[in-house]
Amino acid sequence: MPSLPPIRPEDEACAQKARDHGAFDAPVEDHQRALFDYLLRLGDDSLILGQRLSEWCGHAPSVEVDLSLANMALDLIGQATFFLGYAGEVEGEGRDGDALAFHRDVLDFRNCWLVEQPNGDFAQTMARQFLFSTWQKMLFDRLAGSRDEQIAAIAAKAVKEVAYHQELAAEWVIRLGDGTDESRRRLADGLGWMWRFVPELFDADRVDAEMAARGIGAETAAFREDYDRRVRAVLAEATIEPPADQRPILGGRRGHHSEHLGHMLCTMQFLPRTYPDALW
Amino acid sequence: MVRAGTAVVQDESFRSSRAKSRGAGTDSEQRPSTQSILSDAAGGVEGLGTNEDGVWQVLHSVPDPEIPVLSVVDLGIVRSVSTDRVTINPTYTGCPATQVIERDIRDALDAAGYRQVRIETVLAPPWTTDWITPEGRAKLHAYGIAPPLAAGQRTPACPQCGSVETREISRFGSTPCKALWRCLACAEPFDLFKCH
Repeated sequence: MPSLPPIRPEDEACAQKARDHGAFDAPVEDHQRALFDYLLRLGDDSLILGQRLSEWCGHAPSVEVDLSLANMALDLIGQATFFLGYAGEVEGEGRDGDALAFHRDVLDFRNCWLVEQPNGDFAQTMARQFLFSTWQKMLFDRLAGSRDEQIAAIAAKAVKEVAYHQELAAEWVIRLGDGTDESRRRLADGLGWMWRFVPELFDADRVDAEMAARGIGAETAAFREDYDRRVRAVLAEATIEPPADQRPILGGRRGHHSEHLGHMLCTMQFLPRTYPDALW
Repeated sequence: MVRAGTAVVQDESFRSSRAKSRGAGTDSEQRPSTQSILSDAAGGVEGLGTNEDGVWQVLHSVPDPEIPVLSVVDLGIVRSVSTDRVTINPTYTGCPATQVIERDIRDALDAAGYRQVRIETVLAPPWTTDWITPEGRAKLHAYGIAPPLAAGQRTPACPQCGSVETREISRFGSTPCKALWRCLACAEPFDLFKCH
């Protein structure tokens, strides 16, 4: 075997030039790893909120509300199916969407804290939905222009449904806030519970930054102001004061979760884990 | 996903039960050759025809499982047809009917001898109710479901009495694609196929 040629100064210069482009200098596996992580975040947000909403099935205050919650749950689980299925392909280790949904443990989930919060009463559920769907709509609007064709296609399809979720949740926030003393108190309590989980939606780490730099992901900071404006406008119409800012709680994207997620996964994952060959 | 496994099993049972009903019922009189097509297909003989028109014809006969008055073609989910591939675009991201639709199309293509025709699912551009055909809109109306609002239309016409004095009861109806409305003239509730 001939030995490799020595590295010349012009080679060094060439490498230096590539390094200036940042992420493109990283090994290919790192790109794939970041994309995989990013897809898990998107998919897990949808999956966990979809599962939470499905807990309402048969328990909502009226049949129309029951249907609307179940329909939103279906939309979200549909998004999760696409994102997690794609994540499995990117990972390339033979895991499909079901394997990722049902055979990961709580520390491997990458959803934000907001979506795993308990339903509480209907007002708390709507507070959570409003804060999340408003964010997801703005995110998917941008992801529809992603350089990753698959992400762009999923987001462009899902954003039409998310627009509905956002509208529906905003309408309920207004009705409950500007309703009776009881509904108003409950909505204020629900918002009070959920408020501290909003900053995490806009917290970007290395994965988010790399995805945004490559035009695959979206920079959430770019729509923070729009988000705040929209939330405040709806709360104003609901005649509700926005809660005071609280110390934010972060960490869902790194697998740190509240105690609620593990309990939820027990129910969600029980069947495929206990009967691994079950088909449905 | 897991369902793929079931789909294969159910495909077989669907096929045999359809074959039976066609053999025994009035279908067999209208379509005398069905039985022989089925046995040809089962015997591994390549499709009777590979022409696109034939495939379209089969697709026109596949109903939407939730709104059986519409075919998958009326619904606009068939995006393209070639001699070896049918491309479909699901309606709603989480619509459970999507998997049934794909299975039904597979079943119908197989039964008609088009076993070599693959089904491919695409997401982009996203499906829209604008793709529902004019025939599809007419069929929806006749079936009692108001078709998606046309441009400039503010309220749907009641499918029962035709009045446009109608009001939304719930934005989410019995399926993801429908909203629940009520006619103020005849007081009947009805489904509206939502613009999407």
